[in-house]
Amino acid sequence: MSASFPYCRSRDQDRQEPVHHPVVVVGAGPVGLCAAIDLAQRGVPVVLLDDGDCIGEGSRGICYAKRTLEILDRLGVAEACLEKGVTWKVGKVFFRDELLYGFDLLPEDGHKMPAFINLQQYYLERFLVQRAGELPNLEIRWGNRVAGLEPRNDGARLTVQTPDGGYAVDASWVVAADGARSTLRRLLNLPFVGEVFEERFLIADVKMVGDFPPERWFWFEPPFHGGHSALLHKQPDDVWRIDLQLGADADPIAEQAPERVIPRLRQMLGKDDFSLEWVSVYRFQCRRLERFVHGRVVFVGDAAHQVSPFGARGANSGIQDAENLAWKLALVLNGAAPDSLIETYEIERSAAADENIGHSTRSTDFIAPRSAQELRFRDAVLSLAREAPFAKRMVNSGRLSLPSTYESPLSTADRDTWGGTARLGAPLPDAPLVDGHGSATWLLDAIGGDEVLLCTEADGVEPEMPGLKRIIIGRDLIDRNGHFARRFDASPGAAYLVRPDQHLAARWRTPGTASLTAAGRRMHGIWT
Amino acid sequence: MAELETEGRLPDPDAAYRSLIEAHRGLSDEDSAALNTRLVLILANHIGDAQVLAAAIALVKKALSQHAVRQT
Repeated sequence: MSASFPYCRSRDQDRQEPVHHPVVVVGAGPVGLCAAIDLAQRGVPVVLLDDGDCIGEGSRGICYAKRTLEILDRLGVAEACLEKGVTWKVGKVFFRDELLYGFDLLPEDGHKMPAFINLQQYYLERFLVQRAGELPNLEIRWGNRVAGLEPRNDGARLTVQTPDGGYAVDASWVVAADGARSTLRRLLNLPFVGEVFEERFLIADVKMVGDFPPERWFWFEPPFHGGHSALLHKQPDDVWRIDLQLGADADPIAEQAPERVIPRLRQMLGKDDFSLEWVSVYRFQCRRLERFVHGRVVFVGDAAHQVSPFGARGANSGIQDAENLAWKLALVLNGAAPDSLIETYEIERSAAADENIGHSTRSTDFIAPRSAQELRFRDAVLSLAREAPFAKRMVNSGRLSLPSTYESPLSTADRDTWGGTARLGAPLPDAPLVDGHGSATWLLDAIGGDEVLLCTEADGVEPEMPGLKRIIIGRDLIDRNGHFARRFDASPGAAYLVRPDQHLAARWRTPGTASLTAAGRRMHGIWT
Repeated sequence: MAELETEGRLPDPDAAYRSLIEAHRGLSDEDSAALNTRLVLILANHIGDAQVLAAAIALVKKALSQHAVRQT
């Protein structure tokens, strides 16, 4: 399912002097594409450079979480992803041949997006490339490889190699989305430090008409795979993702040979009629850059941090990086916020990366114990899980990606007491609402990518903030079944200040003009 | 949050010690290790306080390192 994108000569290559662009994004994977689209939607002209000329090498990242889908919805591609993807929310964990427990990742209704979809990365990339093509201020340059980077105080100069020669381009800001083997990271000579895991895993995409349900199935010590773990996921087009733990001593080349892979899969699937679409043997690392912001060069996604695949925290956190950075860059470039706002990308996404690396490392410790005693602890938890609920909670087959709640200088601390599920610094919980024409809509659709003051009706004395979109629940949008009221613990006259990435920046039961103004400035990184 | 309690809390410490010995009597080292591992998990959950657990681990590490010093 690959698609190719030919190199085209750009006008910049015919100029004597390097052309200046507000933002150059490097790397057209899901994270770079999301960053570029988000910036372009916010009115920032973007050049996106990619050294390749095609997408579609293996299915790679396949699990996209609810928060990521909400972001993709704002970027205009969630509908295509949902239509093509396999929606799921139930996971099951087996120990040997016995079901240990099942979990439901989205047990409540009233959310537009599901808990998860599985979708081959090449489909997501293709939808994003299509969407990028609709934006006149976004230019993708395929076959453009960055070979040099010269940092400056007010930007950076990139040297770019193409099939017909090199050229230079200037940018006020460079977004480095060039993946785990980031060229920009190497050009800046930045160490990428963390933990390497010795354990090898086999990843295989298998085409078959299967009778497994669309659920995430994880086995510890399955009878079909002597002592190691296994994971099964359904993808579109009758493709199944299988992950098999091989151990630390496995030979990565020999293990990929079909004569080795097929018998393993036959044992697991209990059938013969399948074909291999893609096989790879990997070992993984959990590591990160010490800092993500280096002057005017900002690292996002795998270029900034790498996690194990357990928990689907790679692509999901990368797309959340992109969204966090895009609105801040747009405000800074428009002069609506100081440069220092970008430092809050560092604060917020650095903490998110640590959280993701922490979860991913702990999952790996559980799945691949490194000593006899670690294995003993793991087996003790698994065997106690049948008897004792506490042990079930310790079973860790991957803690699935959830958005981070930012402890951020952009947030204004709560003065009132709040219940519900909305959290200061977290993305707003979605809620089904009804608009003025009586049509069903969603809270997050109404918010979009704007800064919003969300108010509950208070007899016409709802507060206002100059230049800010205001939505009054109870007048503009009706909370017919009370989801909003419950999730936001809403009282009449309450107000909620929402960031352009739909995270909650401040809230008040009885808002006053001075505190609204201060919170609005704070949200832009102005605290004096 | 509680502190790690190192003063005696068991009314009959000899009986408690004895019940640990009895649980292990006749077991192979491997079976003993399996028993202890499960016991640690159950008791850690019963304590229900990560800081107390950390303090207990620190006490063990300190005691072990002092023991090692005395051996050399």
